[in-house]
This record gives sequence, structure tokens and C-alpha cells, in this order.
Amino acid sequence: MIIIPCSGIGKAFGSISRDATYEVTENLRKETTQTLCLALLVSGDEESLRLVRDNKCITVDGCPLQCAEKNVKLAGGDLAGSIRVVDVYKENRHLKPRGVTFLDRDGQQMAFAVAGKIANKVDDLLREQ
Amino acid sequence: MTERPEKKVGIISCSGEECVEGTISRVATRLVLGKLRPNETVTICLPLFLAGGREEREFARDYPTVTVDGCDKMCAKVATERYSGKPASSLVVTDLTKGWQCPKLGSRRKLNDETLTVTRKVSDRIAEEVDEVLRHWV
Repeated sequence: MIIIPCSGIGKAFGSISRDATYEVTENLRKETTQTLCLALLVSGDEESLRLVRDNKCITVDGCPLQCAEKNVKLAGGDLAGSIRVVDVYKENRHLKPRGVTFLDRDGQQMAFAVAGKIANKVDDLLREQ
Repeated sequence: MTERPEKKVGIISCSGEECVEGTISRVATRLVLGKLRPNETVTICLPLFLAGGREEREFARDYPTVTVDGCDKMCAKVATERYSGKPASSLVVTDLTKGWQCPKLGSRRKLNDETLTVTRKVSDRIAEEVDEVLRHWV
């Protein structure tokens, strides 16, 4: 399964989507997931296109523009799930992530919460298979 | 990115989720924007730029840009050239680190002290390129 975060560079939610993806692909579900470069996919890289078309994809977006979801759809990818950091934030309003370059403590906690959502989605999809 | 600044350089970093050099390019870009040249630079979110963000593309067409790529696939440079115009300058982290005799770079998720040192050197190089672009601004 491919987990694709947005690459938002200007706000904390973009960094959170990226960190949550690493938490899933390197720790929580490292046997069943991997990530790929969104920019490479959008550039039309053949290998990346093949990966998103042949595998189930979960996108993780930091802002309402939802670049990751939009680009996987445009690439003809098998979009099986879409997670928005802002929705996780609504459930965790006590957290106020501010760091962008480096996540602060609240940002890390948000990333763990997002990672939990992604892992649950991965499990649901594996059960369906 | 709704206001058009008078004299700014756009820094476009690759997103590089797959390798540590991608993280270095992002963090180095952030260091330039936040600390080294906060008044002279803005950034553009590459996937949004690629996905058809009109404002982002217009900015990159009308203003000078410095692209910062993690690897030799050079997504940031390629996309900028394809959609907006030739960047004023292009840096590739793997090219820079080759010449620096770097220690083995660590995790792509959390930069260790050695990798942070490399990242700061990359940010200094970006800042130099920004200064160079501003020096030649017509």
C-alpha cells in the first residue's frame, strides 16, 4: 500500500502529514506500506505512475487544496483512502502545532494522531482484501 | 500568495519524501526563508505548483527562482522549467554533498547532528544564490 503525503512546505500541517507518513511506513505498518515522492509522481515518472496504479493508495493532505489526493486521482491511481490533517486537528483542538521546519511537541502529537488514522485505514483495507 | 511583492526570490524545494536529501532540501529552504533571508525570499509549494496552482506558476514565471532538489531526478528544476521558465539558479543536494566529504547521512525523518550541519551548509549555499540573483536584479 502506498501512503502519499502532501509536501506542504509553508505550514505546520504539511510537516505533520509528512511525519505521520514516516511513522506509518517506518514503524506502525512498515511491512505493508511505503511512501513515494509526490513531486516525482506529478512530474510523470513512469515507475511512480505504475506504483500508484498497481497498489492501493492513501493520501494525507495538510491543507484544503488537497494536492496529494488531487494528484493521485489525476495520475489514475487507485485511491483507497484520503486523510486530512485538519479533520484530525478538529478532534484534537487542545494541540496547537506551530513549528514548521521542525515539529514542536504538539506537532509531534498531532503527527502520531494522524498516523493512527492512517494505520487504521491500512488495516481496514487489508481486511477487505 | 495573493500579494505580489516588489523584489523577491522564489525558492522551490523538491518534496523528496523518499530520501534524506529531500528532507535536507526542505529544511534548508525553510532555514533560508525563516532565518537567513526572510525578507528577500518566498517559497512555492511544489505539488501545488505542479497541480496547476495558477498563482504559483505566475510567480515563478515573473520572478527569479532558485530550485533546490534532493536528487538527480530534479523534480523542482524540471517542473519549474516546464511550467514557468528557467530558474535563475539550481542546486542539487547530492551534487553539493559529493564535494563536501560528508559523513553518512542519517534518517530522512529526523535529521541527526551531522546531517543538520550539512543542512546548514546547504542553506548557506541557497542564501549565496539568492544574494547573487538579487545582485543581478534589473
